[in-house]
Amino acid sequence: MSMPAQSEGDKLHVVTSDHMSPGRILAGRTLVWSAAILLAVMLIVQALYEFERIPFGFENWRPVLYAYLFWAIAMGLAQVLIRGEQGKRALFVLPAVLFVVSMVIFPMLFGLYISFTDWNLASLTGRKFNGLDNFRQMLSDPFYWNALKNMVYYVAAIAVEYAIAFGLALLLNADIRARKFFRVALLLPLMLSPVAVSWMVGKSMMEIRFGPLAKLARFLGWESPSFFGTPEVARLAIMVMDAWTFIPFMMIMILAGLQALPKEVLEAAKVDGATAWQSFWEVIFPLMLPVSITAIVIRIIFKLKLADIIINVTSGGPGGATDSVTSFIFREYRDRSNVGYGTLLAMVYLVLIIVFILTLMSVVNRWMRRTNQGGNG
Amino acid sequence: MSEQSTQIFWDAEPDLGFRVKWYTGRVLIYGALIFWALICLFPIYWTVTTSFKIAPDVMQGHLVPWVDFEPQWRGWRSLGLSPNTISETSTVREEFLKRFMNSVVISLSASMLAVMLGSLAAYGLSRFSYRFGFMRNSDISFFFLSQMILPPVVLALPFLILYKELALLDSRIGVILLYTLMVLPIVIWIMRDQFSAIPVELEEAALVDGLSIWGAFFQIVLPIALPGMVAAFILSLVLCWNEYFFAALLTSTDAKTLPVMVASQTGSQGINWWSMAALSTAAIAPLVVIGIVLERYIIKGMASGAGK
Repeated sequence: MSMPAQSEGDKLHVVTSDHMSPGRILAGRTLVWSAAILLAVMLIVQALYEFERIPFGFENWRPVLYAYLFWAIAMGLAQVLIRGEQGKRALFVLPAVLFVVSMVIFPMLFGLYISFTDWNLASLTGRKFNGLDNFRQMLSDPFYWNALKNMVYYVAAIAVEYAIAFGLALLLNADIRARKFFRVALLLPLMLSPVAVSWMVGKSMMEIRFGPLAKLARFLGWESPSFFGTPEVARLAIMVMDAWTFIPFMMIMILAGLQALPKEVLEAAKVDGATAWQSFWEVIFPLMLPVSITAIVIRIIFKLKLADIIINVTSGGPGGATDSVTSFIFREYRDRSNVGYGTLLAMVYLVLIIVFILTLMSVVNRWMRRTNQGGNG
Repeated sequence: MSEQSTQIFWDAEPDLGFRVKWYTGRVLIYGALIFWALICLFPIYWTVTTSFKIAPDVMQGHLVPWVDFEPQWRGWRSLGLSPNTISETSTVREEFLKRFMNSVVISLSASMLAVMLGSLAAYGLSRFSYRFGFMRNSDISFFFLSQMILPPVVLALPFLILYKELALLDSRIGVILLYTLMVLPIVIWIMRDQFSAIPVELEEAALVDGLSIWGAFFQIVLPIALPGMVAAFILSLVLCWNEYFFAALLTSTDAKTLPVMVASQTGSQGINWWSMAALSTAAIAPLVVIGIVLERYIIKGMASGAGK
């Protein structure tokens, strides 16, 4: 995600003597290279053992992990030994970089490999490379496309969530008593785990016989309420539950934006005789656009991961009408233990997400630039 | 005193109109707020009260304890947490406490690790110019923050296999590492904001006084940035405590967390509402308490970055 490259603050400039003695540099190099060689040797031995080329090896890959950790520490020490003060600065970022690279880049490459295999964890045949078969299977898998289509609906629902969140933020920003109470009360849904929400709301309050929501629906004239019977209503129910937990998130971000608005501009609007409605549409809303966009983009990112509620309430039913991509892959794995196909679906989803987010950002950027120019000209 | 109580100026007719308008505005604002607060609080209220109900109360839809139903310990007894079962041994309670401790240990350690790694990285990025190959500061920041869009499902299955090979499947460490990864971008995002708000002159003065960079970081910067770190920590804690997807895939017996336990009970127990309600209440209680007590920090965490 491209959070617009914010002002990165002033840099700290320090003049240091960066002369390292040759012995020290040599020690650093020796350290990091010996650790690297150790890691490489263990890797090769274990790989050969795993492919049954050599009779000895470790029971699992854990020792290789320890070797990697050792190498990472050696790498950090070597930075200080070789580059002195510069190395000490590198130590701030190095742990996080190594952590993310080993936890994301490596598994992703591995995932890319298994997405071209037929690998059923439950069967004994193990993995076998099957090229583009998974991809072809995906193209003709109606449930995957259906899940993608559902994601479009789910993302579209953010528009409503945003409107409600903005309204609530305005209310909280108004001059009210018991502000703290309302803020806490309105924040609480965000603290609850989606799994608990699935039971609290999805399984009990929406239960068709005794659930209070079903009773309310009957009271309002819906003869036989069923929240998960028909595809449209079920999807709506999932949207409502997800919105319930996540509206506070957008609300807080918008509220923070409202509180940071320059007071003078609002006063000026009032002095000029703007009604509340005018000052909202012509002053507050345009000023809030950057914050709104940040909030919406982050919310979209969270929404694209939606799964817990669906897995626990409907497991995708009825007939896949509520499936999100994640819940579909989860089920696909649970039912068939097919890692290869599931990973390919996830990879394709990731590509789609990246394309979508990048397009969204560039459209937003261009549009923001145009409105700004329009405003100035 | 009496002069002040007698009113000298009376509102003119048009001003009274304003006042009516003001009052209706108030009524609308409070009405909307109370309405939404009810929407937010009712499911929690419902769950807590249902844990004290027995079957007939559930079926007849009783809502208010002591008024239309008599609270019973039924639900809590089935968890082994009611007053009369608390001293006896109970396998359900042991199971629950084990899951609870798993959740506590995992979310605390993951948040701690993420705040440590993330703060260091964010500080470095806000103070020094790096070059790792072609990557400069803004690229490194982007690299970290872009992890946020990575859906968990992409990593889940590869990790399933890797963890199996590393013997980390169903272990707390494995889950902790993944959760750290999950919240790290958020921590870096919050902390970068915090650090760039601290003036560089503070550290420059400290360096002149003879502190090293790391010394200045720990003695000068860290105390100032502490509230921001607490905010990042609490936010991470919430996310880790509630995480379900990875836990459902990667844990089975030893490292199973509370959400997985709640989820597995939902299917098996059918209409046994009181014990489900008790379990849900116990699962959400810590976070509800955190939400009420530390609300300031949660809001601070989420608001950073929005104000700019």
